[in-house]
Amino acid sequence: MSEKFDVIVVGAGPAGNAAAYTLAKAGLSVLQLERGEYAGSKNVQGAILYADALEKLIPNFRDDAPLERHIIEQRMWVLDDDSFVGTHYRSDGFNREPFNRYTIIRAQFDKWFSDKVRAAGAVVICETTVTGLLLDSGKRVVGVQVDREGGSIYADMVILADGVNSLLAKKAGFHPELEPRNVALAVKEIHFIPQEVLQERFNIGEEEGVVIELFGKITQGMMGTGFLYTNRESIAVGVGCMLSDFKEQQTTPYALLEQMKNHPSIKPLLAGGEMKEYTAHLIPEGGYKTIPKLCGDGWMIVGDSGMFVNAVHREGSNLAMTTGRLAAETVIDLLKQGQPLTAANLAAYRRKLDGSFVIKDMKKYQEMPEIFHSNRQFFTTYPELLNRSAHTLLHVDGVDKKTKEREIFSSFREQRSLFGLLGDAYKLWRAFR
Amino acid sequence: MIVKIEEKLFQNRYRVDAGRPHISIVKPEVCQFECQTRQCSVCCPAGCYTLEGNGKMSLITDGCLECGTCRVVCDEYRNLDWEYPRGGYGILFKFG
Repeated sequence: MSEKFDVIVVGAGPAGNAAAYTLAKAGLSVLQLERGEYAGSKNVQGAILYADALEKLIPNFRDDAPLERHIIEQRMWVLDDDSFVGTHYRSDGFNREPFNRYTIIRAQFDKWFSDKVRAAGAVVICETTVTGLLLDSGKRVVGVQVDREGGSIYADMVILADGVNSLLAKKAGFHPELEPRNVALAVKEIHFIPQEVLQERFNIGEEEGVVIELFGKITQGMMGTGFLYTNRESIAVGVGCMLSDFKEQQTTPYALLEQMKNHPSIKPLLAGGEMKEYTAHLIPEGGYKTIPKLCGDGWMIVGDSGMFVNAVHREGSNLAMTTGRLAAETVIDLLKQGQPLTAANLAAYRRKLDGSFVIKDMKKYQEMPEIFHSNRQFFTTYPELLNRSAHTLLHVDGVDKKTKEREIFSSFREQRSLFGLLGDAYKLWRAFR
Repeated sequence: MIVKIEEKLFQNRYRVDAGRPHISIVKPEVCQFECQTRQCSVCCPAGCYTLEGNGKMSLITDGCLECGTCRVVCDEYRNLDWEYPRGGYGILFKFG
């Protein structure tokens, strides 16, 4: 391959696909390289698709995208060892089109997205691993090296959408190795159960879906959350915690998942299902403060490789698509104006990001990782107290309610001093404000 | 609770690049004599790392999920040479 392209996009996940699609639609010559057998075969997500980010790229995506169920109900459970206290929000408002959120199966969705990228005119080559970036003497990125014969391919611009590990950016020295405290390790299984059983079990109609977010003792004191999503005829169930916590606590991820699946509130939801795949993935959850340098001469970073994840709201793929689109639009604008793709000019990408929900949201929660890292009580003591309070209050045993209230209050005081309680309230406010 | 990782991995689809593992231990003696914690053998979600009776760390990448955990967690010694498999090889997710 001696051909030169306007842009090479490395990776065919949501960020890479958004970038390649936008660039190809604008008439640029685009080469997209994917190491998997097909787009999606290396990609892992829960997965929830937020319509908005995709709508901005493909307004009529609902016509043919492989969507599982639209979400009509969100449950949030705080779990103790054998109980949970939870809130459910269900609304028929979520049944009005256009729907806002869907469950998807990434291997299928990414393949669909990739077909759109091809149809827009990009050259998509799979089963090709990019092994390094090609730099000229002035440290400008001029192309990529791939693991095929004669594997140097040149372009004016290389967009790195190579995922959380981003080996390419590390090898080129654009950003340092990930730290265990800035990534979560998530493990997940997919369980197939007949559609009618699933719908009855979750009290939903055809096409309707439920999301359950799990918080508390299931992470065994580690900073993390679990989840359970309903697909058309399968359930995705998983748990993710900070890698530094797995490391420190010497917990094996699949044992953690197994234990969570056996929680008395979760087990019946999975009963009779057939497990058909087990996956694992790192999620960049370090937040705003860990966003690396995003562009330089001839290169830009999008998606997970740029640490673009909003851990509080479980958003990632929409940030990926948005950063991919904005990076592409930056290139299109510059080329239209006849400007070179230098670090200084590409800084417009950062400005676009600053003006979008991506950076605004990540900035808003910038203190969150630090606060939760150093205050484990949010994952242990409080879930326990909450559940035991509920139990005390709801267990009828001849003790009067005033005494029960006093019992609950003193159990809080015993676990956390009054100052501790006030301090925690302040910390939470600071984390979420 | 004893969980057999092999039973989970059995459900997955792989195209193993026989004889060309994509991860290798740089200095086996570091794992054997220096590293006290051997986090890789605990944290790897595919159980690719096993501590042998003689204190040697054995690495078999056939079941690897390509997540990157072992590389990130080995932050004290940076003792892994970690690359993605050749194009088309390794884990092939059916659902993801």
